Amino acid sequence: MPMTDSLQLVLFLAMIAASAPLLGRYMARVYEGKGTLLTPILAPVERTLYRLAGAKVDKDQHWTTYALTLLAFNLAGFLLLFAILRLQHLLPFNPQDLAPMGTRLAFNTAVSFVTNTNWQAYSGEVALSDFSQMVGLTTQNFLSAGTGMAVAVAVIQGFSRRSARGIGNFTVDLVRGVLYILLPLSIVLALLLVVQGVPQTLSPYVHATTLEGGRQLIAQGPAASQIAIKQLGTNGGGFFGVNSAHPFENPTPLSNLLEMVSILLIPAAFCFLFGRMVGDTRQGRAIFAAMTLLFLAAFAVVYAAEHAGNPLIPALSVDQTAGNMEGKEVRFGVLNSSLWAVATTAASNGSVNAMHDSFTPMGGMALLLLIQLGEIVFGGVGAGFYGMLLFVILSVFIAGLMVGRTPEYLGKKIEAREVKLGLLALLSMPLGILILGALSTVPAAGLASVQDAGPHGLTELLYAYSSATGNNGSAFAGFGADTPYQNTMLGLAMLLGRYAVILPMLAVAGSLVGKKAHAETAGTFPTHGPLFVGLLVGVILIIGGLTFFPTLALGPLAEQFAMVGGHVY
Amino acid sequence: MSKHRSAETRLLDPALAGPALRQSVLKLDPRHLVRNPVLFVTAVVALLATGLALAAPFAGPGLGDPATVAQIALWLWVTVLFANFAEALAEGRGKARADALRATRTETPAKKLATLGAEGWDPVPGSALRPGDLILCETGDVIPADGEVVAGIASVDESAITGESAPVIRESGGDRSAVTGGTRVVSDVIKVKVTQKPGESFLDRMIGLVEGAKRQKTPNETALTVLLVGLSLIFVLVVATLEPFARYAGAAIPVAYSLALLVTLIPTTIGGLLSAIGIAGMDRLVKANVIAKSGRAVEAAGDVDVLLLDKTGTITYGNRMADALIPLSGASERDLAEAALLASVADETPEGKSIVSFVLRTFHMNPVPERVAATVPFSAHTRMSGCDLTDGTVIRKGAVDAVLDHLTRMAGEPNRDRLVEQCGRAVERVAKSGGTPLVVAAGDRLLGVVHLKDIVKPGIRERFGQLRAMGIRTVMITGDNPLTAAAIAAEAGVDDFLAEATPERKLERIRAEQVEGRLVAMCGDGSNDAPALAQADIGIAMNDGTPAAREAGNLVDLDSDPAKLIDVVMVGKQLLISRGALTTFSIANDVAKYFAIIPAMLLAAYPQLQALNVMGLSSPESAILSAVIFNALIIVALIPLALKGVAYRPASAASLLRRNLLIHGLGGLVAPFVGIKLIDMALTGLGLA
Repeated sequence: MPMTDSLQLVLFLAMIAASAPLLGRYMARVYEGKGTLLTPILAPVERTLYRLAGAKVDKDQHWTTYALTLLAFNLAGFLLLFAILRLQHLLPFNPQDLAPMGTRLAFNTAVSFVTNTNWQAYSGEVALSDFSQMVGLTTQNFLSAGTGMAVAVAVIQGFSRRSARGIGNFTVDLVRGVLYILLPLSIVLALLLVVQGVPQTLSPYVHATTLEGGRQLIAQGPAASQIAIKQLGTNGGGFFGVNSAHPFENPTPLSNLLEMVSILLIPAAFCFLFGRMVGDTRQGRAIFAAMTLLFLAAFAVVYAAEHAGNPLIPALSVDQTAGNMEGKEVRFGVLNSSLWAVATTAASNGSVNAMHDSFTPMGGMALLLLIQLGEIVFGGVGAGFYGMLLFVILSVFIAGLMVGRTPEYLGKKIEAREVKLGLLALLSMPLGILILGALSTVPAAGLASVQDAGPHGLTELLYAYSSATGNNGSAFAGFGADTPYQNTMLGLAMLLGRYAVILPMLAVAGSLVGKKAHAETAGTFPTHGPLFVGLLVGVILIIGGLTFFPTLALGPLAEQFAMVGGHVY
Repeated sequence: MSKHRSAETRLLDPALAGPALRQSVLKLDPRHLVRNPVLFVTAVVALLATGLALAAPFAGPGLGDPATVAQIALWLWVTVLFANFAEALAEGRGKARADALRATRTETPAKKLATLGAEGWDPVPGSALRPGDLILCETGDVIPADGEVVAGIASVDESAITGESAPVIRESGGDRSAVTGGTRVVSDVIKVKVTQKPGESFLDRMIGLVEGAKRQKTPNETALTVLLVGLSLIFVLVVATLEPFARYAGAAIPVAYSLALLVTLIPTTIGGLLSAIGIAGMDRLVKANVIAKSGRAVEAAGDVDVLLLDKTGTITYGNRMADALIPLSGASERDLAEAALLASVADETPEGKSIVSFVLRTFHMNPVPERVAATVPFSAHTRMSGCDLTDGTVIRKGAVDAVLDHLTRMAGEPNRDRLVEQCGRAVERVAKSGGTPLVVAAGDRLLGVVHLKDIVKPGIRERFGQLRAMGIRTVMITGDNPLTAAAIAAEAGVDDFLAEATPERKLERIRAEQVEGRLVAMCGDGSNDAPALAQADIGIAMNDGTPAAREAGNLVDLDSDPAKLIDVVMVGKQLLISRGALTTFSIANDVAKYFAIIPAMLLAAYPQLQALNVMGLSSPESAILSAVIFNALIIVALIPLALKGVAYRPASAASLLRRNLLIHGLGGLVAPFVGIKLIDMALTGLGLA
């Protein structure tokens, strides 16, 4: 790795490692209702919001009430967004007079933003009015992120509270997450991005004359505010169609770095929030270590593969010394494209600054696998953490017996009910990716979306369903997503990937919260050392690998071996 | 325990293997298989594969190579049979023991009494007895039912259930009042109140448990089954969707190959051995002469954090014994030893005997009977013993005040203060160290002090050390005063002690530990232990204890050895470790199976996937067969591990995890690569694939 690349990588990791613990501590105080720096300013707003919502905020909710409140709230958000998208031609702030969105695409888009997926089967600048972007999408960018964070906090309460009934209050968790965490961070980031040159305007698009005399329409709009939350909230839905490869979304190397850090910031902070809330910071650090390990492993594969490039290219006497540059911005190069791609697939963010479709087969496979593991390597805000807790429960259950005790985590016994619910949550990924993906290979309507032949075509299809089920939202490209069939099926995949995990995990929290905590002794399964980190990483890779190895063999692996053998499709 | 060693069955006793083989075929009954979801799926898949094998020769190549399909079907059945065999073998070992027990449970005639004071009795069959009935048991009678002695005292031969040939005393009142059906009165007569309905006696429950017939899944076993079902479900999804994906890639996968892949992926190893592990764990407990009233109790034993142990009989021998001599007022140690010896010859109490043996052992002296004119045996009234020598010297030894009073009488009142001062410091030192001082006097001279102490059993300190390493705290329960208790606790190496214990204080202590989130185990025998036994998470009742105690505990120790608690914890831990190890092994195995089967299945679509054939298996057919065969054989290979349990050494959780992850996790990852390759070579060599 060249010196400049290493320095950038180290700088990126150092920024995460330095800021996440601080933010985690702050977030723990927020969710526990303790005073923070912002409390004097925001507390009155918080109280007003509760009054408006008519919520009984001092009441702890049983997990079923918590889940129902969440579902009702998300359903309302979906209906509102669906209505805005269908009626945008009648609503204000539509300087380009854009037409309403089609029903299926609107369904897909509304599901996508409510589930924090931000899969975009459309191109923002030609499909959405400023009103749809700001009131419709940006609102959901905040609320879907806040929902995921609330669920994670509720699940953590399941471990931290003892012999309790309630797992918290959804309204309170949601309001606090948005008000104290997402909003302030977004404002700071948006201002920084504006400084770097990202537009924030309601003016119409600009007509320009190029140097050659050609005429060009330059799209613009309130981009900075939406980009800030799309990165911080691991949403990823771009203001512009090409997302963060667009110079208005991501103009400078500094904006690139800031955005990459923002993608991982809150998911990483959740590890430290967890450590604080369960009263043992080592537990949080162990999970952070496991996530970092998986992140670096994936990065190593992608970087190495992209750096090596395609062995067939030099034979065509094309220079490939800079690595595989197809589909990459020259200004980002291999390092920043790889790092961004790994960060965004690890964290279910879904924004792109390079085209994943054009990555080498191995590079693309690492990205695909990061999503397929369940978006738990940092993962979506909140979602990544409760997804990781699911794997922690499984690891503890499988290997915990080997210390000669019935399995427990943080003093709570892991019993049949937790295992059952955990597996239910675990099933969502294979159901969404394998079953819905396989279904899509059967009807002509499904097959029509695949644009490339051979294994690469299958990879495109798998990537689409993985991205939707994992609530990632990034597209591999080369896949015609805006068809009635795919809009519906991918919409279902997104719903499955979101709620088929949230509901069982809330039920796990509800079950755990009522248990008394077992005291820790030398005989207790240690869940904080390097051994546990290794075990956790191993279980994640084995379970993920066993589930997806056959399809990966048919997709990226077949392509890779063919490429090595001198054959392309 | 050693007395049962001879009866211990060898792992693959031919006498057991035969019936087990027959049983493994009988266990193909779907009603039985459905209890084990993983095996049930395997059997259904085997049935499908059999159908395909029959059809393959007549269908086109689409169903796969007929010879391979037939072999796949065959090996799938073998997989199910092997798993059944493991369970049957485990049950057979328990059954052998149950049959021996059942032999004692033939119809026993009972002598029923109308009232306690009744003169005559009615002959009734033992099976007609109901709780509350009174029966008479005379010399030579077999006691027909479990009950409590309400009148009389008798020695009873309990060898049928304990294996201990020496008869034990059973008497009304007190803590030795419980009798067990099937045992025999050796002498005297007792009247017994029946406490159990026929068919629910202790012996019946024991037989049921060791046979594993009515075995219910324990909570952890249920949870593990859920995990195995969940993993199986995921693999069903993987295998079911592979076909359409492969067809998309332009390859057709024969159904039999998919079925083979499914069975190798689902956790058949642990699924097949799970019940054998449970039965074998129970069997190990029975072999240690402990009867668990439920499998749940054995499992919970592995989780114990605190052990409450009675001092007497468990930590110490129970009797105070001479441990040191402290000469005083110018007497030599030998003089003191000789006097102590002479004074104790006539002392029949355990303390007196221990002084004799201590002196003989340490000073190699022999008592000289000809010097003794008269002996004075120990009495509770004088609290002294001794002798008068032929030369007229009066030698006495006994409790401190008693001997001081005696000396005062001999030496005159004015000397009392001097005598008290002489022995005061030594007496105090002995008392402070937890011992009991005895004073020895010859004539009017104070010779010294004998230090009697509770002797801590050898090796018990190391055992507590091991327990501590496992994260288990030991608490010593004693009626002694705190000073004495502290001294013994320090010597025995227990972590804590409860002095001046009463049943109420025991119960309080257990509750306090539980409130702090700890799991408590204790043992007890008396009726007043019953509440504490019931409150403890693991209560071991002594078999010679009262019926109340036996009902309250969830384990019964037939040998009535309180130190057994430690063994029970070990058995519980070993059971859980065996399960975890085989689960981990089973899941880790799948990696290699993928590398065998996936390239073999998909080669038709993409020849370049040959690169994934890292084991270099000779042909696709051979690769699939090798994986299936490995999957079946590994069950047989692991039967000994399932029955004996994974080797367990007391250690901290961290080091256990490291060790077991290395052996069963990493081992499980690597072993099948080697195994499958070897089977592939054998198949190719034999021309089977």
